[in-house]
Amino acid sequence: MADLSVNICGIESPNPFWLASAPPTNTGDQIARAFDAGWGGAVWKTLGDPVENVYSRYSAVDLNGQKMMGFSNIELITDRSLAVNLVEIEAVKKRHPENVVIVSLMVESNPEAWDEIITQVEQAGADGIELNFGCPHGMSERGMGSAVGQVPEYTCDITRWAKASATVPVFVKLTPNITDITVAARAAKSGGADAVSLINTINSITGVDLDSFIPRPVVGNKSSHGGYSGPAVKPIALNMVAAIAADPVTEGLPISGIGGIATWQDVAEFILLGSTTVQVCTAVMHHGYRIVEGMAEGLSNYLDSKGMASVNELRGRAVAKVTDWQSLDINYIVKAEIDQDKCIHCGLCYVACLDGAHQAIGAERTQDDKTRVWIIDDLCVGCNLCSLICPVQGCIEMVERELGQTHMTWNEYLSDDKPGELHPRPKHGITIGEA
Amino acid sequence: MHQTAVTTAANAGGLAPAPTMTPDEALVEAHRCLMCWDAPCTRACPTTIDVPGFIKQIAYDDLIGSARTILESNILGASCARVCPTEVLCAGACVLNDLHERPIDIGRLQAYGTDGVVFGDIDLFKPSEPTGHSIAVVGAGPAGLACGAELARLGHDVVLYDANEEPGGLNTYGVASYKMDMATSLREVDFVRRLGVEIRQSTAVGSDVAMDDLLVDHAAIFLGVGLGPVPPLGLDGEGLDGVADALEFIADVRAGGVDLAGQRVAVIGGGNTAIDAVTQAARLGAERVYLVYRRGRDEMKAYPHDIERALTSGVEFIHWSAPVRIEGSGSVAALVCERTAYSGGGNGVRELAAVPESEYKLPVTMVMRATGQEKRRGFLDALDGVATDAGGRVIVDENFRTGNPRIWAGGDCVNGGREVVNAVAHGKAAALDIDRMLRSDDAARE
Repeated sequence: MADLSVNICGIESPNPFWLASAPPTNTGDQIARAFDAGWGGAVWKTLGDPVENVYSRYSAVDLNGQKMMGFSNIELITDRSLAVNLVEIEAVKKRHPENVVIVSLMVESNPEAWDEIITQVEQAGADGIELNFGCPHGMSERGMGSAVGQVPEYTCDITRWAKASATVPVFVKLTPNITDITVAARAAKSGGADAVSLINTINSITGVDLDSFIPRPVVGNKSSHGGYSGPAVKPIALNMVAAIAADPVTEGLPISGIGGIATWQDVAEFILLGSTTVQVCTAVMHHGYRIVEGMAEGLSNYLDSKGMASVNELRGRAVAKVTDWQSLDINYIVKAEIDQDKCIHCGLCYVACLDGAHQAIGAERTQDDKTRVWIIDDLCVGCNLCSLICPVQGCIEMVERELGQTHMTWNEYLSDDKPGELHPRPKHGITIGEA
Repeated sequence: MHQTAVTTAANAGGLAPAPTMTPDEALVEAHRCLMCWDAPCTRACPTTIDVPGFIKQIAYDDLIGSARTILESNILGASCARVCPTEVLCAGACVLNDLHERPIDIGRLQAYGTDGVVFGDIDLFKPSEPTGHSIAVVGAGPAGLACGAELARLGHDVVLYDANEEPGGLNTYGVASYKMDMATSLREVDFVRRLGVEIRQSTAVGSDVAMDDLLVDHAAIFLGVGLGPVPPLGLDGEGLDGVADALEFIADVRAGGVDLAGQRVAVIGGGNTAIDAVTQAARLGAERVYLVYRRGRDEMKAYPHDIERALTSGVEFIHWSAPVRIEGSGSVAALVCERTAYSGGGNGVRELAAVPESEYKLPVTMVMRATGQEKRRGFLDALDGVATDAGGRVIVDENFRTGNPRIWAGGDCVNGGREVVNAVAHGKAAALDIDRMLRSDDAARE
């Protein structure tokens, strides 16, 4: 069984599975139960001046009958007093000294306010603090949360204030509601951040009630944009994590990856792209703390199958595999191949290729009244669409073709000193009807 | 929009039809559909309903759209959803079978996708401009209703003449109650009425109203007269109390009040009527229920899924047996059968023959015959220009025209007894041809 323990900027965690600062980490009782269930750490729901929330505060996007493909909230930071939270932090750390408690913080933008609260949570026993510069709803209207994270100078300055007060590591939680995440990460680093956490939620309207015309969640007769999370945001989060991991300016800055994580595969992907720990919220709001059992078991089994003794061996292994488009091999050839024995004759690949891609699949009705499909090899550009659509596992595979082509990037192709010839592309003629 | 079909007293216990889907159930099931291109389910439907199309509409919660998609192809989509042998039609063709997965439950989705309109008060279809033509439809069963509904939508006046007390034909009187109850059939007929069709009940053409009068009063006539009762087998003792036509039994069950406690029932036959009768008898609490069939399981005309249902309902199948006589004094006490077997006949043709001295006695209190309905020869033979084949079926061309240029026919009287959906397809095709002919005659006159 592989060793799942990690060390992130000096903090030892029994495993990389942390709960994100959110409703599942609202109280000490919840966090204690989460640690019992197997979570290695938790980021306490953001402390600051307690707020009053609206009642209706979550909404979701379901996809084809699947619940909570995406999830949105307009809940603010803690609505409980700082004193109560501090007592509970102390109690949790006493009961679970091996587990990591990071406390998320958000106060008004002056150094005294930050110093005061950092001192108090450190005294309560926090292993680290996380500066919430990401929350996109409500708090941002009060000059906090993403209002800070969207301005690199603010991010840098407040991080510097926090670092001046803190003796424990400082995490900066980044908002994805910007154009280039590396700018925000660089600002955090220049302010002295020990680590970054990302992504926070994405500005969103999950839908509109078609009877009342009020977007969701409905609060009286209005709504407000919320922070989007859940499986839908994972690809966006992975891209941002990878960008920071690959940026030479922030190289080595520890990352706590967040965004749509629900399974051990998700965890492995975030770690491969450079995360040391991961943070989970929506999946726990959907299924409860016990999902960590499958994550731990699955990740461990996976590491064993790869012959890795520690999860640390996995970290960052995919970072160098992300490159610019211009550095890709344009002479890498794949073509679709259909396993006729597995085909169930649904015709989905045919119509997808015909209408949505490159007209490289033929179809006919056979004598026994089934749809037979086949790849028109000369027209197949290897785009993958049919293999993505096919409902049968392993029926359509993309197969690499070695046709004597030379590895060549776009930049090489443009240069005077080409390494070889551009392999001919399938050409699609323009025919409208029979014309 | 989500209304459950009405149930009747006859639906107590194991006779209640499957409940209609809840919105959640329908949503999950609809999203299982792969939405195939050139979908095999649509190809397998005699009325070529765009199955993936209406399922997609259900998936995206457009139940007006799903109803329109279904009903434009098949105006009796609500009853077909319940009585169609989907296992051998649409669902049987579902590609998920090839994935070794449960096929899409198309029948129940179709009920979900039509009920709101058919049993609600939404009038989806507006009749076209009146044509001034009147058409008579003989028989208000599925073929006649489908024909009449289509003609009414096209702007014609339509009068359905029906001999029974209630309209709907076999949908009302003859389908197994666990597939569809009588009230649901009658509510669907109401939907057809709302399309502008007039129905005259208890009006037998030939006795209550003369065919010649119909030819005077109407521009065209569609015959959807179906089949007659199951004729007697000519056995000794067939006049005893407790001997019945299985179709009459099914009709009685649908009317309610049939109690089979303590009865031992034998049903003779191996087709769909036999299987419906035994299953209902078993579910009504009969002590023993036998299906007596002269051949083996493989040769039964009943559908495999119906056979399975009969077996799990507790029916005992007695194969390779034929009835010889019925014994009893006043009422049935036993059915005497003999064994049957194939013997090598001349020139390699197998012949079914009785096994000598193989008689045995089945102690039963009821005997039902489900050995095939008789054709309406007497009625049909009297119609000028309407010819029947050797099997008594009305001969029609591809447009369902008989030899009489003003008479069309469809449904069981043409195909000898098939599914409701086949009758609907006939009725609709005939209606379109009648409309074509009347309009071209009009055009010729102008």
